[in-house]
Amino acid sequence: MERRAFLKIAGGVAAGLGLTGIVTVKPARATPAEMQEAIRAVVGSARITPGKVKLELPPLIENGNAVPLTVTVDSPMTEAEHVRVVHVFTEKNPQPYVVSFHLGPRAGRARVSTRMRLADSQNVVAVCQLSDGSLWSDSAAVVVTLAACLEDGI
Amino acid sequence: MASALINVPARAKRGEIIEIKTLISHVMETGFRRTQVGAVIPRNIIRRFVCSYNGAEVFSADLHPAMSANPFIVFSTIATESGTLAFEWTGDNGFSVKETAAITVE
Repeated sequence: MERRAFLKIAGGVAAGLGLTGIVTVKPARATPAEMQEAIRAVVGSARITPGKVKLELPPLIENGNAVPLTVTVDSPMTEAEHVRVVHVFTEKNPQPYVVSFHLGPRAGRARVSTRMRLADSQNVVAVCQLSDGSLWSDSAAVVVTLAACLEDGI
Repeated sequence: MASALINVPARAKRGEIIEIKTLISHVMETGFRRTQVGAVIPRNIIRRFVCSYNGAEVFSADLHPAMSANPFIVFSTIATESGTLAFEWTGDNGFSVKETAAITVE
């Protein structure tokens, strides 16, 4: 067989097998608008006021697979006045949801830490609901060098 | 090694706010990654974490794929009485881990 003919057939076979491993298929990412929709879907249509919540994230992170975050809410955490729930959302991860923490007067203080994934440099938003039903939020911008979620599979 | 690590102070004064750190071994596969041949790796995450103090729930969390592998959660509670703190993680594919920690309140 001539070299040219062989290459033609080999190329056709490779395409037919669907060897798409080289081309990374990226999932659709959530957008800031989708994040707003997600926030509304979770907390309802009540007014969200910036303040009371403090979302701490490093401004620059090397590895998006484990980004430390701390949410603190200015609340006395008593039976009459406490934080009911804290939600965390992202703009550009495949899904806008990250985590929801359910607290109560027995928490003593409204401070929770965890680690999250970030697929891109983006804004992260924390929304908290107090026992009186009011909603408060804070956001933080993070620059990510190595993104999570979308790296090549196994 | 146990799959979960929990850090609770063994002794506390009544009314003191204690910090609880929990770490559990889990891949937290997002369901968005693909293998080299393009097949989606199915989602496998922990969806819920609950902490109870002598049977009463004091803290819980709903987790999503955007949580890091080996979820690490730090929270606090008020030391009210001696007893046990129970921790439970539940997730996809019937994942369920329960751990307890004893605390003495003076």
